[in-house]
Amino acid sequence: MSDPVPFYMLVIVGALMVGAYRIVYGRAARLVVPNLPGPSAARAQPRHHARLAAALTGLVGVGIYLTGLSLRGPIPSAGGDGLWLMALIVIPALPIALSIANVRPDFAARTHVERMAETGLMLLALVALLTTFGIVASLVFEATLFFRDVSIIEFLFGTQWSPQTPIRAGGTGQSGAFGAVPVFAGTFFITLIAMAVAGPVGLMVAIYLSEYASPRTRAIAKPAIEVLAGIPTVVYGFFALITVGPAIRDAAAWLGADVATQSSLAAGLVMGVMIIPLVSSLSDDVISAVPQSLRDGSTALGATKSETLTRVVFRSALPGIIGAFLLAISRAIGETMIVVMAAGRAANLSANPFDAVTTVTVQIVALLTGDQVFDSPRTLAAFALGLVLFVITLLLNIGALAVVNRYRIRFE
Amino acid sequence: MSATETYSDTPIKAAITTAAMEARMRKRRAAERRFRVYGQAAVAFSIAALAWLLISIVSTGASAFTQHWVTLDLTVTAQTNASPNDRRRLADALADVFGEVSDEASRRELLQVISASVATADLRAAQNLSEPLQLIVPASDLTDQYLKGHIDPNLPEDQRKITNRQIEWIAALDAEGRVHRRFNRGLFANPDSRDPERAGLASAIFGSIMIVLIASALALPVGIGAAIYLDSFAPQTGWGGRLTRMLEVNINNLAAVPSIVFGLLGLAVFINFFGLPRSIPLVGGLVLALRMFPTIVIASRASLLAVPVSLTDSALSLGASRMQAVFNHRVPLAAPGMMTGSIIGMAQALGETAPLLMIGMVAFVTTVPSSPMDPATALPVQIFLWSGSAEAAWAERASAAIISLLVVLMFINGIAIILRERLQRRRKL
Repeated sequence: MSDPVPFYMLVIVGALMVGAYRIVYGRAARLVVPNLPGPSAARAQPRHHARLAAALTGLVGVGIYLTGLSLRGPIPSAGGDGLWLMALIVIPALPIALSIANVRPDFAARTHVERMAETGLMLLALVALLTTFGIVASLVFEATLFFRDVSIIEFLFGTQWSPQTPIRAGGTGQSGAFGAVPVFAGTFFITLIAMAVAGPVGLMVAIYLSEYASPRTRAIAKPAIEVLAGIPTVVYGFFALITVGPAIRDAAAWLGADVATQSSLAAGLVMGVMIIPLVSSLSDDVISAVPQSLRDGSTALGATKSETLTRVVFRSALPGIIGAFLLAISRAIGETMIVVMAAGRAANLSANPFDAVTTVTVQIVALLTGDQVFDSPRTLAAFALGLVLFVITLLLNIGALAVVNRYRIRFE
Repeated sequence: MSATETYSDTPIKAAITTAAMEARMRKRRAAERRFRVYGQAAVAFSIAALAWLLISIVSTGASAFTQHWVTLDLTVTAQTNASPNDRRRLADALADVFGEVSDEASRRELLQVISASVATADLRAAQNLSEPLQLIVPASDLTDQYLKGHIDPNLPEDQRKITNRQIEWIAALDAEGRVHRRFNRGLFANPDSRDPERAGLASAIFGSIMIVLIASALALPVGIGAAIYLDSFAPQTGWGGRLTRMLEVNINNLAAVPSIVFGLLGLAVFINFFGLPRSIPLVGGLVLALRMFPTIVIASRASLLAVPVSLTDSALSLGASRMQAVFNHRVPLAAPGMMTGSIIGMAQALGETAPLLMIGMVAFVTTVPSSPMDPATALPVQIFLWSGSAEAAWAERASAAIISLLVVLMFINGIAIILRERLQRRRKL
């Protein structure tokens, strides 16, 4: 009787709904309808009466279920769920009785049930709003707690990041340094390396596959590149850690340099490969949206194919390509597993691609995995970083959408 | 005045002479060829990267699907003061088999040859110790790696993990036909363990199945319902229309929010606010449901938009209500497309790692979860955990886990592709 979340009760609600449907359907089917034209004809089919009954029952049942759940709290009390269970079984008799009473020829059950369905669908669409609200509220709330301990100026502009300083139990004094500049710099640097790979390669892949490649090449290469998009990021992280990192280390050793396995180069390169399909598919869309008349005009003036592409098509598609790049950058900044596994955790302010640097996402993971007290500045710092991450990626996405939308208007 | 006279004194005249023109054309054609080569190089780079990734993972992980087992006939002494515990008794018996003196150093080396933890458990379970005890146990990860050729015996002894004596013992066992290589059932049947030779994916597989089922059960109906509302019922004009457009922009943005932020949301809301325990598939499923939701809405909207409006219009003109027109005529035609989008969303959820780390699914779980409220890990998280250990045996296991994950993803995406093809064929008819 003490499941933390008693799922069986939802099964009971489902059974009650089926029961309501059958009872009301039976009643409505036996309803004697005066066989006259006009307003005296039945205004709903039996199934509409039945659906209304089931919907009402479900609504009441789920309402009682959720009420009980929130009254009891997530941790089951010793008292048991007897009263709750009883309410769940007895109270739905009311909507069923109401529905039975409503089985009359002049009751427009269909209108009612459709109105309910539409409201229900609207509530489902509002889940999106609720999610965004949840993200903003939780990040802002926890970050505010963090900024009570650490000033926002120090967080955004301080250059010393060492949250790992042990926090003495009960003590409030020394809690580490939270200047996030090295973290932002590392994120920026790795993103730069990734975009240096994914930008040109993704763009050239899109151009080559849509303009030059034979249908046979395209049939092989396009799915192969799409496969890159379907590989989970943890696999890329493993690849960067086990294969690319050591390969870079060995190459550097061969050239006489001593380099660690974890480097921003390994993480950036692999992240670049991961982003190639995103850049190429978005660029492909905007390049193929450039009107054929522009290409024809350029060709008619004697331009070669590459001249047409770089001077006419590329320029017309530029806003869309910028949009694609912004989305790719947002993806790179938010990418977690590759950097967690291959970039390292030490917050170095370094522009040497062979050094280990750390990123916002790595620090969030480092601060929140393992057992800590929840309200310590360490864990709250993760939410402050998360807030920064959310705001930056949001701005990039909005920027990308705005650029792409303006571009669409130009051609349509 | 003719044109030739006008231009005769300008450089343009020289420019249109054949030699200069040809030189310029050569340059432009070379640029054209170069451009083409850049394109080919870009495609080749992408495919080479994919090939390198797959080859490196398959070559590291393929050998983990088999494992060496050792059959031993041991004469184990009863528990005495000289041999106080099971490990000691086991080591003494092993020393007997190989004809070694049972001192501290050799005992440690001996116990590294077979999976000591499995062997001591078997020993404890054994009833009758008067007869020689036959143990069939996995080889230790050290022996296994050596026999698979992952440790180079030609290196000096102090540069490799396996000692010369251990190599001799393994060779002796092998010569007696006591070593067998068989399919590594434990990789799928066992939960996680501290010993690589016993570690398996069972907890991760069950965890992943539960997480994806919960996430889909929540995200599919909600996402598809939201898409239907935005497509057919949401107000398009006035304040309502403004709200609708805001909702659409919001969903597009939500789809591009980094997945780790959803993990933070789950941590703050489900764990800290609602007080649900960490590391359970229920919370993982809830978080990934929120993650999947925008993807599913976008895919479902796209497939609804592809259905001609004329169908709903004719249904409406024949007297159907809007609800009937949409659900009886518009949704069924969009259903295969919605299903494809949903399947791809499920595949993404299966590979998602970062949000699960946030809600504490990195715990070391040695039991197979039986309900969504039991601690569990997920396949990608298990890969992450195993890849964190330095030993080669863990990298091998992590690669094997990746191969398993990729095979499942290929299967799921294959279903989506087949569905899409069938849908396209039906459209054409």
